[in-house]
Order: sequence, then structure tokens, then C-alpha cells
Amino acid sequence: MLKLKNVDIFYGKIHAVKRLSLHVSRGDIVALIGANGAGKTTLLRAISGLLKCNSGSIFFDEIDIAKQTSDKIVTLGVSHVPERGLVFKPLSVEDNLVLGSYPRYSLKNRNLIKVDMEQIYTMFPVLKDRRKQLAGTLSGGEQQMLAIGRALMAKPKLLLLDEPSMGLAPLIVKDILRLIVELRDKYGLTVLLVEQNARSALKIANTGYVLETGRIMLEGPADDLLMNRDVQRAYLGRDLDAGFQ
Amino acid sequence: MYWEAVKECMNKEDLEQLQLEMLQSTLSRVYMNVPFYKKKFDELGIDPDDFRSLDDLKKLPFTTKEDLRNSYPYGMFAVPLREVVRVQASSGTTGMPTVVGYTKNDIKNWSNLVARVLTAGGVTQNDIVQIAFDYGLFTGAFGLHYGAERIGASVIPISSGNTRQQVKLMQDFRTTALICTPTFALSIAETIAEMEINVNSLSLKYGLFGAEPWSEAVRQELQEKLKIVATDNYGLSEVMGPGVAGECIERNGLHINEDHFIVEVVDPETLEPVPAGKTGELVITTLTKEAFPVIRFRTRDLTRMIPEPCPCGRTFARIGKVMGRTDDMIKVKGANVFPSQIEAVLCEIEGTEPHFQIVIDRKGSVDELTVLVEVSESIFFDQMKQQREFIDLIKTRLADELGITVEVKLVDKKSLERFEGKAKRVIERRNL
Repeated sequence: MLKLKNVDIFYGKIHAVKRLSLHVSRGDIVALIGANGAGKTTLLRAISGLLKCNSGSIFFDEIDIAKQTSDKIVTLGVSHVPERGLVFKPLSVEDNLVLGSYPRYSLKNRNLIKVDMEQIYTMFPVLKDRRKQLAGTLSGGEQQMLAIGRALMAKPKLLLLDEPSMGLAPLIVKDILRLIVELRDKYGLTVLLVEQNARSALKIANTGYVLETGRIMLEGPADDLLMNRDVQRAYLGRDLDAGFQ
Repeated sequence: MYWEAVKECMNKEDLEQLQLEMLQSTLSRVYMNVPFYKKKFDELGIDPDDFRSLDDLKKLPFTTKEDLRNSYPYGMFAVPLREVVRVQASSGTTGMPTVVGYTKNDIKNWSNLVARVLTAGGVTQNDIVQIAFDYGLFTGAFGLHYGAERIGASVIPISSGNTRQQVKLMQDFRTTALICTPTFALSIAETIAEMEINVNSLSLKYGLFGAEPWSEAVRQELQEKLKIVATDNYGLSEVMGPGVAGECIERNGLHINEDHFIVEVVDPETLEPVPAGKTGELVITTLTKEAFPVIRFRTRDLTRMIPEPCPCGRTFARIGKVMGRTDDMIKVKGANVFPSQIEAVLCEIEGTEPHFQIVIDRKGSVDELTVLVEVSESIFFDQMKQQREFIDLIKTRLADELGITVEVKLVDKKSLERFEGKAKRVIERRNL
């Protein structure tokens, strides 16, 4: 569904993403893990057209989107949930959701969009309770759910999730992850998940990539990555040396 | 029957994407973790970050058996030893052993890839698999053992040797699949006949043979004598062990597990790629190995790519049966001769046994190649004329195949040494 080949991205002189190749198959959750500054967010921004690659190709369903604008990419079926959600705080929950449907909003579609919104409310009952509340008054976890709900309103085929667990309490993280699995299993959505919380991400993912200073160092089935000692040491916080001291 | 249909039947475009990704990450990893590759790449001015297409593989240096030996024992490992859960060594068919290691994931992948090969050869969870490879440092037995267990078959880890015991257990345990070298399988077939056991009373259905070159003629012979479907499988410890490639029951070439290995066929002299279908040396790059990745490893095995698709539905490319090793190649009278060629000729001639030995000697400045051939009882040694005609027939056939004249000597049945593992066919008496 998504295929990147030899993508290079520079910030001025800094080579942030290096000849990176990656693919996401339909119906999979793919985890992209790596330390701070490895280039994870940069890569997601390139896929959704928020920044341009210096070279390489990005194919989404056989269409080269590397040079497309973000709005075009959204209408093709790629939605991006940025880090920390970035909901529109002064607007109500409901207005945030309506804004998510912007690419397909029209008088004719109004009723369809209402139906979709109900579906989002079924998925996140808490949002329904707070539909009239300003988004800025929601808790961190609720804001993250709203951000995901807003992205879903564009009816994406591929969801790009940037650190959905960031800054959230462990219990809330669990809820969010369960929701991501549900999106795949129930709604057939494909997800590219960027996470610092490598263990949780790999536990729900089908496959994973390990990004280090702009390069993919490892890729494979998520179970294999969880078993890989390099991954364990660097990203899963397991102190492998402790046993030897 | 497929073990992993999604992988084994994947389309070419997806496969190439996967190979490119894996190769790029493998290069980044070996450059960072294996001093040998870092040094080599630096010397040649190769930056792994410049690797952008599968065609770029041609620009990378080869890894030779010599390189592995120079790194004895652990120099080529890409992970610290504490992450290695298994150490094996090459069977040392030629010279000093080379040491290879496996992480937990490597063992998992290994089991899975062998499971694919076994499934392709007909084995299912209902089979009783007799593994008559030598358990030990040699990778053959363990790899096939893991694969068979992975499938859920019942494994009999009998190891090699003691042919009569093999036959007895085969009978008592109702073995349905035999796994060993083709040479040992021939020996087992011979023993079954000797013990006057009716092959039809056995439960054998499949034979998966490997670890040495064998001809189509030997396949025919094994299939007839043991009443089995005999398939070839290929692997080598330096790359992983068995599970690199294997035949499906179509028996027309070995499917390479291309999502884990990239293979090339090159001219052993010029090291340039040979055109598709032409014979050359097989070169393998690993894509998923964690402990012991190799880049463009020269296997010294001679084979060819089969570009046509296989009727079985697997999309992975095939290699032909391995003809021999570059270092098995005997240079006599200016010609290149492989023991497998001689074997194929002998199998076609009524009255000979597929047991033979090649003696190379030098008389004055002329090389002389003598083939010692075992004959079946039906040949009458007292009838000189018939015997001479028979020898002449073998000589003519061999000359046609090899392009040089050779000497042939007939010897009694069972007078040549029998091998439980890989056969040693060539006796070199020249002082080269």
C-alpha cells in the first residue's frame, strides 16, 4: 500500500533521513521505532507532504505522492495524527471532528458525515459526553483520542500516528493501543505507528523497523524485533548487563 | 502445499522492495558491527548509504571462504557472543572448518525456512521423519530437525551410520520420510535389498537429499529402489545450513528462499555475472541473519539460474541441481571434469553400480584419469570379450560426456569404500 524507496531528507546540511526504503502492507500495523532525533517524525511529515524529500520516491497505492501537496495526499486516503494530537483547543470537540471531514465536506455529504461522527462517538464514548466542550479542556488522553477521531473523519485508508502514547498515563496508553488494534481488526485500517514506547508498539504491530540516525538498521516481524537483543538493550530498557555483575 | 504461501508466492515487485530494504539495513549493520566489512568497504571507498538499487550489489566485494578462515573463530560475528545461542562449524569438506553462530531469531528463521523446504518436498505433520545426517558441528542434521519439528512431523534423530540399524528402525518406526545424503540413501537402498526386505512393505514416501551434488540418474535410481519422491535441497553452513533452497515435488530445480537470501551466479574466473541459465559459481548474500550475515559469499558451488516460472505456484526463482564445487573440478588434460558428470554416465549404463572412484595420476607429463566402477553380479568376469566390450562402452560414453579419454577399471561389487556422509570420490596422485 505504501512504498518508500531511497528517501533522503535534509534539514539544511543535516542529513536527517538517509536513503530510506520502507513498505507498509494493507491491513498491517507497522511500527517505526527509534531514539529521539532518529528521523521518525521527519519521515511521517514527508509521507503526508508536510515537508518535501530531497530525493527518492513515495508510492501510495501505486501513485507517487512524493511531490503532492498535503491536501491532495489526505484525499488520496492518508491521514496524519501529529505528535501530541494538536487538536484545535478553542473549538468544541464536535467542531474538531467536523474539521477532520473538511476534505470531503459538502452540503450533499452532510448527512453522511453525521453518520460517521456517530461512529466515532461509538468508538470513543468519552468524546460524545464532551461533544460541546472546548477541546482545550480535555485531558491528554482525551485529546489524543479526539486527534485520532478527527483523522478518521477524513476516511483514510492509511493512518500515520506520531507518538500517540506521549505524555499519557500507562493506563491511558493501554486504551489507545487497544483502539489502534481495533482500527486494524474491525475497520481494516492500515497504520504506520511511530513510537518511542517500543515495547508497546511492537506488541501490537505486525512488522517493525528500527531507525537509527536516519537509517533503517533492522526490519522484521515485530515478534523477532522484540526478541532481538540490540533492540532490547537500546529501546526496551532492559539492562542486559545487570545479570553479569 | 506451501508452508508460508504469502511469502513463497509473493509478487516480484513486492519481493524486490523487500530485498532492497533488507539489503540496505544489512549493509548498515555489517558496516557498523563487523570490522571485516567496515575495513573492506573503507578500503574500496564503498559507502553503504550509496546503495540504492539491487543492481548496486555488483559493486560490493565478495566474501570468500578464505576470509571466513582468517576470521577464525568469531571474527565475522555481527553480535556479541553472549547473544549467540548456537555455534556450528562448516563440515570442513574442504580444509579447516569455519565457525558460524546463530541468535535466537536466527534459529527461529532457520526452522521456518527448512519447514518451507520440507513442505515443498511433500512432508507434513503426519510424517515420520528419519534424519540420517550426522548430528554435531555439521549444520545439516540440526537444520532439518528443527524444520521437521516446526511442521509438527515426528522426528527420529538417528544420525548417520549403522546402515542395518537404519533399515531396522525404518521398518519398526514406519518411517515415511528419509533425510540424508544421496550417497547414504544409496547405501541404505543396497542394504534393504541385502536384508531381503520388500521395499513395498516399508512406509517410505519421501526422500529429501542434500549436502552433496547428485545427478538426475541417481534420483531415478533412488526413487525406484526406495519407492519415494526424491527431492534435492541446498544449503551451506556459512550462509545458514539447509533451508537456503529446496525443490518442490515438481522436481525441476530448487526454489531459493529469496526473502532471506539474494543469489547471483558468476563466472568463477572473471567474477562477472553469467547470462541467465548459464552455469557458474553461486554467490549468496544474507538478508535476515543477525549473528552471521555475509555479503556476496562465494559458495564455490556450481549451478545455474532457472528463469522460467515453476508450475507449483511459488514465485521464488530456482537454481538447477548443484553440479559440483569449483574445487571439486578436476583439471585433467586441459578439460574440466566433475565427478557428478561421471556419476550421471555410470547410472545410465546397465550393469554398473553408482559407486565409483576417480584416480588421477600423471605418467611422464601426461595426466591419466582412471574410473574404478563397481559392477553388479550379472557381469561375467570370466568372459573376457564381453568384459572388454563393456569397458569400451563405458569409455565411449564417458569420452562423449567429458570430451577426454579416460581409463576404466571394473571392480567387484562392494569393493569400494562406502560413505555415511559426503562421499570422497577423487584420489589425486599427481604431485601438483
